[in-house]
Amino acid sequence: MAKKFKVDLNQKTCKACGICMALCPKGVLGKRHDGKAEVVDEAACIGCQNCSVHCPDFCFVVKEAAADDK
Amino acid sequence: MEAVYEKYFRGNLPHIWCPGCGNGIVMSAIARALDKLNYPQDDVLFISGIGCSSRMSGYMDLNTVHTAHGRALAFATGAKVCEPRLHVFVLMGDGDAAAIGGNHFIHACRRNIDMTAIVINNSIYGMTGGQFSPLTPTGKRATTAPYGSIDRAFNLVALAEGAGATYVARGDVFHAVQLTNLIVEAAEHKGFSVVEAVSTCPVSFGRYNDMPEPADMMLWLRDNTVTVQQAAKMSEEELADKIIIGKHYETEAVEYGDEMARLLARAKEAE
Ligand SMILES: Cc1ncc(C[n+]2csc(CCOP(=O)(O)OP(=O)(O)O)c2C)c(N)n1
Ligand code: SF4
Ligand code: SF4
Ligand code: SF4
Repeated sequence: MAKKFKVDLNQKTCKACGICMALCPKGVLGKRHDGKAEVVDEAACIGCQNCSVHCPDFCFVVKEAAADDK
Repeated sequence: MEAVYEKYFRGNLPHIWCPGCGNGIVMSAIARALDKLNYPQDDVLFISGIGCSSRMSGYMDLNTVHTAHGRALAFATGAKVCEPRLHVFVLMGDGDAAAIGGNHFIHACRRNIDMTAIVINNSIYGMTGGQFSPLTPTGKRATTAPYGSIDRAFNLVALAEGAGATYVARGDVFHAVQLTNLIVEAAEHKGFSVVEAVSTCPVSFGRYNDMPEPADMMLWLRDNTVTVQQAAKMSEEELADKIIIGKHYETEAVEYGDEMARLLARAKEAE
């Protein structure tokens, strides 16, 4: 079975730059009404870390989800 | 926030940088590099000049000094000579390192003192409003070059190599994982190492150069970078607007601190 990932996004520190949404290859991230990022399809995440290494404000922690953490 | 950032940042965030500024991406790349290097934080000295990018020293939980515009390398040289045990990192902007600090830069390269210089090249002077710098690519617009810069830009890696630096690399904020690895390699190299980190200033460079969104600048880096290995097989025309990333040069040479120690020993004997 494909691995599952948990995408932790800190919207408090998000500056709505749009980089993560543009670089996520799987459409996991969308734009909230105020322009900040939001997680729209966590199940599609492949854990590539594109969002976490490119967010200029360190808003992401993406980790493999524990087996019971679905 | 990821544990490595909690360890290496002081916690006085959010930082001052604009939305989408590449400085934050370089700062996280540096934190991950420090984590790989695993130096005790008390043994790391992090010195910066003046500029948007140089504000970084205020956020890193290391021994830090925020110095004067263009003079960070002079402060760093003094500190390293007095305290050779320190792992010294010097953070500068492109204006800081190549314009006002250009002379300090070439002479630090020439001396080959053991430290790692990281030059965040965002193509302009960010802090003072987007004036063109010696690293603004020819033809690109800046607030002081509204019709495009007519100056030829420095090739910073060639300049560093020519001036005597013994490790020279170029990374960029799109290839952020590679940037971390280059910083690690540069730090482990004994001698003067230079890492040019090609970065983004969406506000004062992107908006003037048909890249209105921060993400547009990331895609510009994705589409206009080639590796040193790819570049070796490309013609000069093909490389015209390309940014060549990776390790460009490494050699061994006498390190300034070692030479200084030998000099002091000779002087003592002569007394
Ligand atoms: C001696 C001196 N001259 C000029 C200035 C004004 N000044 C502050 S930052 C800066 C340039 C910043 O550009 P850069 O070094 O590229 O860094 P960035 O802000 O783009 O990160 C200048 C000219 C200064 N602070 N001190
Ligand atoms: S990259 Fe970071 S700051 Fe930018 S929109 Fe995404 S979460 Fe927000
Ligand atoms: S880890 Fe990759 S797939 Fe998952 S949200 Fe981040 S960018 Fe998208
Ligand atoms: S002006 Fe440019 S370099 Fe300075 S913080 Fe804003 S985006 Fe970053």
